[in-house]
Amino acid sequence: MSTATLTPKRSASPSNSLTAGQLPAWTTPVVGAASLAVGFLAAWLLTGEIGLGLGVALSALVFLVVMHVASLTIEGGRRATDRLAKHLVVGMFLLALLPLVSVSLTALTNGINRLDPTFFSTSMRNIVGAGGGAAHAIWGTLIITGVAMAISVPIGLLTAVYLAEYGQGKPLARSITFFVDVMTGIPSIVAGLFAYALFGVLFGIGTVNGMGGAVALSVLMIPVVVRSTEELLRIVPNELREASYALGVPKWKTIMRIVIPTAISGIVAGVILALARIIGETAPLMIAAGFTQSLNTNPTSGAMMTLPVFVYDQYARPGVPREPYWDRAWAGALTLILIVMLLNLVGRLIAKRFAPKTGR
Amino acid sequence: MNKQVQAPHERAAHSDLIPAKPRVGDKVFTGLSTGSGVAILVILAAVAAFLLLRALPALTASADDIAAGGYTSNLAWLDGFWGWVLPLAFGTIWAALGALALAVPVSIGIALFISHYAPRRLAQTLGYVIDLLAAVPSVVYGLWGFFVLAPALGGLHRWLTTYLGWFPLFSGQASGTGRTIFTASIVLAVMILPIITSLCREVFLQTPKLHEEASLALGATRWEMIRMAVFPFARAGIVSAIMLGLGRALGETMAVAMILSGQNRISFEVLTAQNPNTIAANIALSFPEAYDLKINQLIASGLVLFIITLAVNMFARWIVSRRAAFSGAN
Amino acid sequence: MSKRIEAKNVDIYYSKFKAVEDVNMVIEPRAVTAFIGPSGCGKTTFLRTLNRMHEVIPGAYVDGRIDLDGEDLYGPGVDPVNVRRKVGMVFQRPNPFPTMSIKENVLAGLRLNNKSAGTSEQDEIAEKALRGANLWEEVKNRLDLPGSGLSGGQQQRLCIARAIAMSPEVLLMDEPCSALDPISTLAIEDLIQELKATYTIVIVTHNMQQAARVSDTTAFFNIAGTGQPGKLIEMDSTEKIFSTPTVKATEDYITGRFG
Repeated sequence: MSTATLTPKRSASPSNSLTAGQLPAWTTPVVGAASLAVGFLAAWLLTGEIGLGLGVALSALVFLVVMHVASLTIEGGRRATDRLAKHLVVGMFLLALLPLVSVSLTALTNGINRLDPTFFSTSMRNIVGAGGGAAHAIWGTLIITGVAMAISVPIGLLTAVYLAEYGQGKPLARSITFFVDVMTGIPSIVAGLFAYALFGVLFGIGTVNGMGGAVALSVLMIPVVVRSTEELLRIVPNELREASYALGVPKWKTIMRIVIPTAISGIVAGVILALARIIGETAPLMIAAGFTQSLNTNPTSGAMMTLPVFVYDQYARPGVPREPYWDRAWAGALTLILIVMLLNLVGRLIAKRFAPKTGR
Repeated sequence: MNKQVQAPHERAAHSDLIPAKPRVGDKVFTGLSTGSGVAILVILAAVAAFLLLRALPALTASADDIAAGGYTSNLAWLDGFWGWVLPLAFGTIWAALGALALAVPVSIGIALFISHYAPRRLAQTLGYVIDLLAAVPSVVYGLWGFFVLAPALGGLHRWLTTYLGWFPLFSGQASGTGRTIFTASIVLAVMILPIITSLCREVFLQTPKLHEEASLALGATRWEMIRMAVFPFARAGIVSAIMLGLGRALGETMAVAMILSGQNRISFEVLTAQNPNTIAANIALSFPEAYDLKINQLIASGLVLFIITLAVNMFARWIVSRRAAFSGAN
Repeated sequence: MSKRIEAKNVDIYYSKFKAVEDVNMVIEPRAVTAFIGPSGCGKTTFLRTLNRMHEVIPGAYVDGRIDLDGEDLYGPGVDPVNVRRKVGMVFQRPNPFPTMSIKENVLAGLRLNNKSAGTSEQDEIAEKALRGANLWEEVKNRLDLPGSGLSGGQQQRLCIARAIAMSPEVLLMDEPCSALDPISTLAIEDLIQELKATYTIVIVTHNMQQAARVSDTTAFFNIAGTGQPGKLIEMDSTEKIFSTPTVKATEDYITGRFG
C-alpha cells in the first residue's frame, strides 16, 4: 500500500522520495513568529490595548489554522491531522503551565513584601492594620500536622503491614481495602465536620481545638499512607521473606527487620508526600480547629490557628485599609507554597535516591 | 495454617523444637496490625455515625422548624431541608461538571504529550511539573482566583454574553466581578487536571508496545497509531480517571468558597452575578456564624456531599475492577 | 552437628490439592542426598517440608511424620521457627538481604534471633562461615559493602555462609546452581563436597550430571500426569540409580527418554 503511494512521487521529486511532500523544517518557527505578530496586532485592533491573554489566544488560533491549511495542501489529509493533533497536544501542555506560572508569580510578587522576620516572629494578637505575622499559625500548623502524623503513620503503616503480610485473601483484608478506597474519596470538609461532630459528642457541643483538627487531617492522611505503604511492601521480593524464615526468624521480626527496612525509603517518601497533601488543607481546620489571633500551643484546649486558615482569615476579614491584611494573606500563601514544594521535593528525592537495591 | 491431625506423641515433651515460652512477639505484632486495620473500619463507621447523629435533627425537622431557626428553602415547589439542600447539590454538580468539561480534553492532551510526544528523558520531569499543580494548596488557588483570574476574565464574560448570549448557558447580564460559576469551574479544572493527567498517563503508558508498533508498521501516523492502539486500550482507564477527577471537584471547598459569589438558587447561566453555591463552599462560608439547627443543616448537607462523592468514586472503582477482569486478554 | 531425617507416610497439600503422596525415606547424616525428577514432581515441595517452609504458603499443610533424629518436626507444640534454626536452606536464586552488608548478611540469622555475641565472637563466626563457604578470600577486604554488589556465584556462596553461620544440623539446597554460570556452579559443587563432612545435605537439582557428581544417594520423584500427586519412585545409592535402576521410569528419565 505504501509503495503504491510512494512510487509516483519518486518521479516528481528525484532527490529523495522519503522526504518529498513534507513541509520544510523551518515552517514551524516562521509560522509561529508570524502568528504571534498577527495575533497581537489583531488583539490590539480589537481592544485598543496590548492584552497578553487575548494576544496569545489569537496567535495560537492563527498558528493552528495556518499550519493546518499549509499541511493540508502540501502534505495531505492524514499528515495534516497528525500535525494538528501534535500541535493541540503540545498546546494543552503549555496551557496547563499558564496557571502554574501565574500562581507562582503572583504569590511571589505579592507575598515577598511581608516575608520578613516579623512575619515569622509575631502573632496577630492586638494587631490592627500593618505589622503582625503568622507565628501563631505556623506553630499551629506544626503542632496539628505533627499530631495528625503521630496518629496516622502508625495506623496507616500497621494496616498496610496487615494487608500486605497477614491479610492475603481474607475477607477482613478485602473489606479494609474497600473502605480505604472509600476513605480516599472523603471530601476534606466532610472530614472536618466529622471531627467537629465527634468532639461535640465527646466533649460538649461546639468543642473546637487542635486535636479536632488533627483528627480531621488524620482521616484524610491515613488512606494515603496505607495505599502507598502497602504498594511498597508488596514490591519487596518474597525471596527475602523466605530467606529470613529459613534462618529461623519469626514472622514479626522478618517484617520489622527485613521487609520494612527494604522498603523504608519509599515508605518515608510516601509519608512526606501525604504530609504535603494535608498541610495545605484549610476547610477541615476552619471547622474543627477554629480561628484565633493568638498563639496557642496546647492542642487539647481552645482554638488553634493554622497557616492555611490564617491566609483565608486575612483575606476574608480584612480591616481598613485592607492592604496590610491582604499582604499578610499573600505572605502566608507564599510560605505555604514553599513548604509544600519543599516537602514534595524532599519526598521525591528520598524515593529516588534510596530506592532499594535489589538484584544485581 | 498447619492443619494436620496427629496423635500426641511421647518424645516431643523434652524436645528443644518446642519453645519454652510462647512466642509473644508474633502474637503482639499480629494483634497490632490486625487491630489497626479494624481501627480504620471503626473510624469510617464513626464518621458515618457521628455525621448522621448530628445531621439527624435537620433531616427530621419539619418545614416550620426550619423556617423558625434554620436556613430556609428558596424553591417554590419544595420546602424544608431538602428544598434548601437541593440547589446546593445542583451547584456542586454543576460547577464540577463545568470543571470536567474544561479539564478532560486538556488532561488527555497533556497525558498524551508526556506519554507519546515528549522526549523520553524529559517525560518524567514534565510529569512532575504537572503534579506541582496539585501541590498548590486550595486556599492559594482561592486567592489567585479572586485577585487575578476573576478580574482578568471580566472581558471574556462581557464578550461571551454579548456575542454568544443566544447560547442558553451564556445568556443573562455578565457579572461585573467575574466571580461566577465559569471562573470557579476554571479554577476547579486546574485543580483536578493533575490527577486526571497522571491517571491517564499511566494507562497510556501501559498500552502494549506490540499494538503500537503493529499500527506504526502499517504506515500509520503517530496520531492514527494513538487512535488505533492507545485510545481503545485506555478507554476504561480514561473514564475512571474522569470519575475520580469529578470526585475531587465535587468535594473541593476553599477555592470555590473564595471565588464564587453564590446564592441558594438553581441557575444554569454561568456568567451572571446570580450563581448557585456549592455544598462544600456553603459549609465553609456559613459554618463560623452558624448555630443550633443551622449547624445540623450544614452537617446534613455535608452528609449529602459525602454520599454524592461516594457514589462517583464507587462508579470509578467499579470501572477499574471491570477492566482488571478483562486485562488478561493482553 | 548433623542429624538423620526419616520421613514416614508424608502427604503434602496446597489447600485441597495433594501435591505429594506417601513419601517414606531415610536421609543419612554426613552425606549428600539428591532429589531428581521432572518439573512439577514435588521434589522442591518435599524439600520445603523438611524445614517447615512449605506452610509459609497460605493454605498449605503437611500430613505424616518427619523425624529429625527421632524428634517429629510436625509434632504437637513444635515451633516451625525452631525447626528452621536447625534446618538451614539455600534457595534457587541467591537472595542476600539488600539492606545489609556482607558481614551483616552472614550474621543476619544470629542477630535477628537475638543470639547475643561479642564483637570479636561475631567476627569469628562470620569469618568461619565465610571460610566454610569458600568466600572469605574474595570478600575479606569488603565485609562492610552491600551483599548485592557481589557476582551471582558469590552471592549464592554468601547465602550458604549465611545458612551455615547458624550451625544447622541439616542444609537444604533448592537447585542452588540453576541461576549460576558453569564456573560458579563448579565452585558450589566443590563446596558441597566439603560441607558434607559436617552437615546432612539435601539438594534438589534438575541437572543429572550434577546429581551424579555431588550426591551419595539419589531419590527419583515422578508424577503420573498433571493434577496427580508426585511420588517417590526410587531411592538408592547414586551409583546404583545411575547404573542399574530397578524401576523403568527412573531409567527412562536418566537416559533422557522423557522429562
